[in-house]
Amino acid sequence: MMNGTETETEDGTKRSRSLLRFAAPQVFYPIAGRLAPWFAWLAAGLCVAGLWIGFFVAPTDFQQGEVYRVIFIHVPAAWMSMFIYLIMAFWAAVGLVMNTRLSFMMAQALAPTGAMFCFVSLWTGALWGRPTWGTYWVWDARLTSQLLLLFLYLGFIALTQAIEDSRRSDRAGAIIALVGAVNVPIIYFSVQWWNTLHQGASVSLTRAPSMASTMLVGMLLMALAAWAYTFAVSFWRVRSLILERERHTEWVAAELDEQEARA
Amino acid sequence: MLGPFLAVLQRDLTLAWRGRADVLVTLAFFVIVVCLFPFGVGAETNQLRAIAPGVLWVAALLSTLLSLHRLFAQDHADGTLEQLLLSPEPTALWVLAKVLAHWIVTGLPLVIAAPGLALLFDVEQGALGVLVLSLALGSPILALLGAVGAALTLGLRSGGVLLALLVLPLFVPVLIFGAGAVDSHLGGTGATAHLLLLGGGLLGAIAMTPFACAAALRIAME
Repeated sequence: MMNGTETETEDGTKRSRSLLRFAAPQVFYPIAGRLAPWFAWLAAGLCVAGLWIGFFVAPTDFQQGEVYRVIFIHVPAAWMSMFIYLIMAFWAAVGLVMNTRLSFMMAQALAPTGAMFCFVSLWTGALWGRPTWGTYWVWDARLTSQLLLLFLYLGFIALTQAIEDSRRSDRAGAIIALVGAVNVPIIYFSVQWWNTLHQGASVSLTRAPSMASTMLVGMLLMALAAWAYTFAVSFWRVRSLILERERHTEWVAAELDEQEARA
Repeated sequence: MLGPFLAVLQRDLTLAWRGRADVLVTLAFFVIVVCLFPFGVGAETNQLRAIAPGVLWVAALLSTLLSLHRLFAQDHADGTLEQLLLSPEPTALWVLAKVLAHWIVTGLPLVIAAPGLALLFDVEQGALGVLVLSLALGSPILALLGAVGAALTLGLRSGGVLLALLVLPLFVPVLIFGAGAVDSHLGGTGATAHLLLLGGGLLGAIAMTPFACAAALRIAME
């Protein structure tokens, strides 16, 4: 989304020499506005294709029957929830190091989507677990660490919302995101070890190794849809954040006037 | 290097000694929470024996959480924190001293009281040493991780609940290895691996959390 190399020499200010040009909220706001609908349509298209393949084309699983089809929502949501945390921590680190406000806003715009995917993966997992394992919940390593990831997201959101001063909330949120990112692998491995110590691998989430290629295609399409959705939603959210943070500046006033005139 | 460390340590310990009642509240909370469990799950001896390590550890974790907000709140209110941040001494150093003082005041009494409480749950006497050791290694990690949360939530209205939400997920590995140490000793597999991991975790926490905590304090005081 940021290929800024050709704009290097366009204007003479020092900031425009690199990708940092796009770190200015004023520059990023219209770009995000232009890109978001594209990603939204892309997400919708991929989602329809993925669900069609998942529900109508992919063969029925010989062990689990039709129930396995929840995988097309469950697995992409789980992937995305973990990945968004990493991206969030990345933007938090970038913000702390480079002192760019937009990075913090991006981290905060991503958090609700990450929490949503985390919740979706837990919820669909529970619905999947009931018919296949006979229970909504097992204290399996993956389930437990996913639950803790949800708590980490909620902690981040609660902390950034609780602090009114935006400069402080940005930085405090960034620190907790980074502390969380350091802890995620520790949590994952400790939970895994705790689980195997106590009950052995009574329930294994790994499916049969051979997977029909249509299933894989469906899942990948849904994963891409989740990506596109994340881009679209976080761009829209970051636009609101930018407007809120920069409400005292002239360009926001001009922008709002323009939007009002159009409406 | 050691001068400011010892000065802050001594100051915090003196202050804690002057307000002894506060310290006893944490200990009393620990004892009461542990004593509540038999009422909730029933007084069947085998069951109590089985849940004892987990109960003691969860209670220790909750009492640590309860006392965390006091770590910086007083100094924040009377301006000491600001003066300390302005001083040329390295922030991570005196933060570590404050956390150590806090642990001596709130964590150490729990470590000492734990074996007595374990007897209420009829825990085998041979496991008491492992319990004490696991708490002695684990509870400082809780204090160090909690200090970061306390610094981040300093002066916020909903600080207490928020602090719990922030640090409890981070406490999980410590809880697993702490309670696991006693469990595996009782189960016959030996607690060495768990205790070594806790020790390693403690060293890692000492090395890293003071810096995160210092950064959080600077943000809070800006």
